[in-house]
Amino acid sequence: MSGAGAALALLLAASPPGSPEPLRVGSKAFTESVVLGELAAQLAASAGAPAVHRRAMGGTRVLWEALRRGEIDLYPDYTGTVAREILDDRGPVDEDALRSALAARGMGATRSLGFEDRYAIGVRREVATRLGLSRVSDLARHPELRLGFTNEFMDRADGWPALRARYHLPARDARGLDHDLAYRALASGEIDATDVYTTDPEIPRLGLVLLEDDLRAFPPYEAIFVYRGDLARRAPGALAAVRRLEGRISAAEMTAMNARAQVERTPPEEVAAAFLGDALGLAPRFSVETVPARILRRTREHLALVAAALVGAIALAVPLGVLAARRPRAGRVILGAVGTVQTVPSLALLVFMIPLLGIGAGPAIAALFLYGLLPIVRNTHAGLAGIAPDLREAAEALGLPAGARLRRIELPLAAPAILAGVKTSAVITVGTATLGALVGAGGYGQPILTGIRLASVPLILEGAVPAALLALAVQAGFDLLERVVVPAGLRPARGPGRRAARGA
Amino acid sequence: MAAPFIELRGATRRHPGGADIGPVDLAVSRGETLALIGPSGSGKSTLLRLLLGLVRPDAGEVRFEGEPVRAGDDAFRRRIGYVVQGGALFPHLTAADNASIVARHLRWDGARVARRLAELAALARLPADALARFPLALSGGQAQRVALVRALFLDPEVLLLDEPLGALDPLTRAELQDDLRRAFGELGKTVVLVTHDLPEAAFFARRLALLRDGRVVQEGSLDDLARAPADAFVTRFVRAQRALALPGEPRA
Repeated sequence: MSGAGAALALLLAASPPGSPEPLRVGSKAFTESVVLGELAAQLAASAGAPAVHRRAMGGTRVLWEALRRGEIDLYPDYTGTVAREILDDRGPVDEDALRSALAARGMGATRSLGFEDRYAIGVRREVATRLGLSRVSDLARHPELRLGFTNEFMDRADGWPALRARYHLPARDARGLDHDLAYRALASGEIDATDVYTTDPEIPRLGLVLLEDDLRAFPPYEAIFVYRGDLARRAPGALAAVRRLEGRISAAEMTAMNARAQVERTPPEEVAAAFLGDALGLAPRFSVETVPARILRRTREHLALVAAALVGAIALAVPLGVLAARRPRAGRVILGAVGTVQTVPSLALLVFMIPLLGIGAGPAIAALFLYGLLPIVRNTHAGLAGIAPDLREAAEALGLPAGARLRRIELPLAAPAILAGVKTSAVITVGTATLGALVGAGGYGQPILTGIRLASVPLILEGAVPAALLALAVQAGFDLLERVVVPAGLRPARGPGRRAARGA
Repeated sequence: MAAPFIELRGATRRHPGGADIGPVDLAVSRGETLALIGPSGSGKSTLLRLLLGLVRPDAGEVRFEGEPVRAGDDAFRRRIGYVVQGGALFPHLTAADNASIVARHLRWDGARVARRLAELAALARLPADALARFPLALSGGQAQRVALVRALFLDPEVLLLDEPLGALDPLTRAELQDDLRRAFGELGKTVVLVTHDLPEAAFFARRLALLRDGRVVQEGSLDDLARAPADAFVTRFVRAQRALALPGEPRA
């Protein structure tokens, strides 16, 4: 007995030989982060450690939560961001202090990869030359300059408010813009200065002059990898491989990689592989998916999200609708509750799910499931409540038990309404599921997100067109299903059914 | 005399927004046909629902073979056939499936269902091809015949008919009246029929109960009602019906 128990314990303790857990790399939803994530994954792979890269999963909070919950092992971030957004540390950023603060949370961080991607103020060269601008302090002398900042920079405490306070800049209305729009406005001369990330490929392309942050309003934003503390024990080889990047990427090299990925639209895998070849002499294997293969994979992901959410929604919403129809008081509560869920913005609902369910398909399915409830509950309720009282009474008078009345009479009579509700729910779910990409659930939302990031219409269409087609297909599918599910006698447009009578 | 087969004892029923019922005392013997007549809103249909246990009396009681009728007693309801105006056929089921729905729920085998359908279709003079149709494709008279077949399917001891011929044109109505009376005669069932039509009541039943505002004003044969009316309302009701149905001709 004890021998068998010991053997079992040994079996459970030992990981199966030959199939080590893959290194799970995450990345944020912008080009540089995806390229860095790809670098880490390919480095680990070329060191013999299998690696998967869950790319463009979302913002800082999403990645940090995923790391904390053990859904990813490692992701690229920046010292200033970690200090301000994760550790909520307002003081000066010190790499060693940061490392020990992370260690206290069970996390590790690599040393700087060799470059900073910080906030800076970019000015058109012509303006900088004419006014002799070289430092942010110089801005105070020129209140006439037209400033346009990204919305995020305007809102963040360490953005425009901090900058203005630090440099005593005159209070004037700076315009809030989208990041890409800000560059376009700068290029066309509509604004004179904007906030930039120092590795943005647009800086060399537009020939922008970066003003020196001479009073240190911005913390340093050294690029690092943040990883789970247990990674050194679980996958020392993979971690060591990733650490080879420490101090190896210059700001110019990163800017060039961003430019290749963002401006030339080279796939990030290829950009990363080229860098590893040049800088480290590696020849990592990577494969870029063909477009049809990519669309097929996303179709599968999207359908899986929709199907799981819809099946769950039907399974709960139909009984809820029945209950609502049977018990008017409970019905008001039920309809009110599912109606309230609908008023939560879908994005917020997704974000609420992250602390509960982590990232990936789970929270997306849960959010879609909740969204799918209302049309089905409401239509089930309406369909049952709309049954003529004399029919309801006839069923009762016949001596059919409640269950049989529901199954044989009430649900078939309500079938057209219920099916219409399911159809509405399905079409909405197909559309809303594109938001799943924000929490790393994949699907058609992925190319849409990437397309927005890269300002690439073809990429956006690669997600939007299949999503629209899928919605149409779902609609058509339900129209077909209607012919099967809705009893022939309830289809007024068609002639009398010819179902075989039972005798006579 | 034996205990009444069906009995209402001091039954009352408040009807929010409608006529209150009772207190009503009423007894029906086995094999008898009783017609409940009265103007609209006099509580005839509610009385029928009380007998079937579809609504509960607020006070008093409803007894069936001396036993109080319990709420939601499905087995009891299967001993009673119930037909309403228009038939209340389920639109998603064919006439045959409508008629046999409870039998199928009780897992009668197919052959037995088919036999019973044929038997009752013949009794109700329902054409065979009508059985295969959905209710929307049936005429009013056919729908009413299907409703009768459905009510009779389990061979109930009692038939409760609520204005079964109310929605039909006069010719169809007369034809169905003949068929129904013949069927009642053949089956020997206990029948309670609700109608507001005095000639129809007299055509089916020897004993009539005239209702007004939820109470039985007078019980007896048409003769009793005409010759010894209990009050002026009875006289008015009888006269009004005569005047409408058969002007100037005295009724036996």
